[in-house]
Amino acid sequence: MNPRTRFITLSAAAASLVLALSACSSGASENSGVEGETGAEDVTLSIGTFNEFGYEDLFSEYEELNPNVTIEHKKAATSDEARDNLTTRLAAGSGLSDIEGIEMDWLPELLEYSDQFADLADPAVEGRWLDWKSAAATTEDGALIGYGTDAGPQGVCYRADLFEAAGLPSDREAVAEMLEGDWQNYFDAGKEFVAASDGVAWFDSAGATYQGMINQVENAYEENDGTVIATENPEVKDIYEQVLQASVEDGLSAHLTQWEPDWVASFQSDAFATKLCPGWMLGIIEGNAEGVEGWDIADVFPGGGGNWGGSYLTVPTQGAHQAEAKKFAEWLTAPEQQIKAFESKGNFPSQVEALESETLLSQTDPFFNDAPTGEILVDRANAIEVRPFKGPKYFPINTALQQALTRVDVNQTDDADSSWEKFVTAVGAL
Amino acid sequence: MAVTDRVHTPPPTRQRPPRDRRVKRLAFSRKVSTWDVKLSPYLYISPFFLLFAVTGLFPLLYTAWVSLHEWNLIGGQGDFTGLENFRFVLVQPFFWNAVGNTFSIFLLSSVPQVVLAIAIAAVLDANLRARTFWRMGVLVPFVVAPVAVGLIFNNLFADQAGLFNELLTGVGLDPVRWHADSFASHIAIATMVNFRWMGYNALIFLAAMQAIPRDVYEAATIDGAGRLRQFLSVTVPMLRPTVIFVVITATIGGLQIFDEARVFDQGGLGGADRQWQTLTMYIWELGWGQRNFGRASAVAWLLFLIIVVSPLANFLPTRRIADQGGRR
Repeated sequence: MNPRTRFITLSAAAASLVLALSACSSGASENSGVEGETGAEDVTLSIGTFNEFGYEDLFSEYEELNPNVTIEHKKAATSDEARDNLTTRLAAGSGLSDIEGIEMDWLPELLEYSDQFADLADPAVEGRWLDWKSAAATTEDGALIGYGTDAGPQGVCYRADLFEAAGLPSDREAVAEMLEGDWQNYFDAGKEFVAASDGVAWFDSAGATYQGMINQVENAYEENDGTVIATENPEVKDIYEQVLQASVEDGLSAHLTQWEPDWVASFQSDAFATKLCPGWMLGIIEGNAEGVEGWDIADVFPGGGGNWGGSYLTVPTQGAHQAEAKKFAEWLTAPEQQIKAFESKGNFPSQVEALESETLLSQTDPFFNDAPTGEILVDRANAIEVRPFKGPKYFPINTALQQALTRVDVNQTDDADSSWEKFVTAVGAL
Repeated sequence: MAVTDRVHTPPPTRQRPPRDRRVKRLAFSRKVSTWDVKLSPYLYISPFFLLFAVTGLFPLLYTAWVSLHEWNLIGGQGDFTGLENFRFVLVQPFFWNAVGNTFSIFLLSSVPQVVLAIAIAAVLDANLRARTFWRMGVLVPFVVAPVAVGLIFNNLFADQAGLFNELLTGVGLDPVRWHADSFASHIAIATMVNFRWMGYNALIFLAAMQAIPRDVYEAATIDGAGRLRQFLSVTVPMLRPTVIFVVITATIGGLQIFDEARVFDQGGLGGADRQWQTLTMYIWELGWGQRNFGRASAVAWLLFLIIVVSPLANFLPTRRIADQGGRR
């Protein structure tokens, strides 16, 4: 055999081997779904995340525990990018990672296509999460399409120095006591504050405040059967009017839109004194308000508890290694691992057991005047009672309503009534 | 041969077989060479059109097919609905708002862009030191990614903390409400578009200017025409084909403005009152926001028709302007 023929023979042999292997692996996993055997053959699991899930160290730990698994991490910069990627590849029917991270707000749309995701319900994970967390990812037939990762229980962040200057109580227990109650109470405190301070607003944005309020309404925009009631629901209109009354008429808003450059810059200029803040917002405030002293967080939320954001891990049915993927997702979302993710990136865990963890409870944040943020957020998580129903049209309707608020609060090109009319038109066009 | 087929041919027995074969062979080779002359040019350009058929024509026709159905981004094809999607879209105020915004931003960007590009090209055409440096310099904005341009300008145009408003208030003027006022937002977005494309067009004009014979200028100089007069009466009319080319490409690009407008705020839907929502953004909202591909495809087709018609509409005035210049 001369070198050339040997090479050809070898590559032909390799090619047929590869063909045989790939035929074998795809054949085996297609039939097994999430119930298949795990730990036997070598697999490469891909996982798609966005922003910061805090999993980097956990990946190598899992690879050590499971020598047959190689992990490939695909990280999108923003959640919007991840969402576009997810929907496009769902539509294409291929190309998704074995595990895909999703945000809570996408769930209503994804639940419509729950057959695209493996049912992850398992006796081993029953009762692992806070009730509302797992309920949001459960279909009507009881299939669980995602394992909860983190949650966004909200407290009230405030500027103690500005409170003091306006003659309001400034230590966090007294502030919690003052703000305990309904939203009107929160706005009344705001009126008192604005009257006594020099050009500082009470909260940053009408839209952000509205979001905190609407997340406490069970059926805001849609009935459980999907009927759109957004424009007729008196609760929605009441909240809309109440928040605009407070923002514009009473001048409590700093007239900003969340995430815009003006909003980011406002943290440096004493533009407002309070802000509704889920756990993950603390890092954002800290970043934007670098060098500003006086931020603190109170263990209170107007109108009862509230959640904003948080993510899940799903296993798309188009994946080739669903059983291995499920096992991996189960491990990642176990309380012990989520505590490690919390230590790494501050993601507040959504697991019942994790809320009792000493690591979590003893967490303090020097930027927020050494507030016991772990303990406060655990309290806030336990205060959440309402699970708002979000149907398939939640996303576009809520966007239209946020635009309506922005027109009045930020742009000031409309008053509350004319902007509401436009909202009704926009909902009619869906 | 085709012609002889039609007339009554004499009985075959009268023809001598060898001669017949020779004629046939000759006819065949002549035919091959005729084919060669007639077909080869088309074969040589066919790769482009084959590629276009796959990447351009097929999506175009498929979009038309989608637009006649209920079609969900994830769920896929639904019922056939005929022209219902078009009917629905055409009565939406949001659609007409997007049409208006698109044309407004397009005019605000294209007109100053072409005029300024010609002016810049004229300057670059003059005897400058370090010519290549200046010529490459005007192209730098073009290699910056549009989204990066958007992010930078987004900070400059911020309503409260932006540099432009700081400057305006610094000299005692009222700040402009870039994200609230519709016209102001169009100007801001057109500025980004102009920033990106002006240098590119200037280089195209510059290339055309250098192709103008220098003896025309010499004759004009002898006739006593100054620099400005030469520019208006010689340069501009001689640029006519290039102006038409640039106007048409600017129209096609300008009517599809997306990146700059989308990153003008974080929401990416064209403002709370859709002040700067262009047609492409409306397609995005329908297709990916509401996941209604049927309606999104209907708007995409309407946009296609608008783009096809628009260059024709502005071809006429462009030609007249250039003609008038030529007659002088």
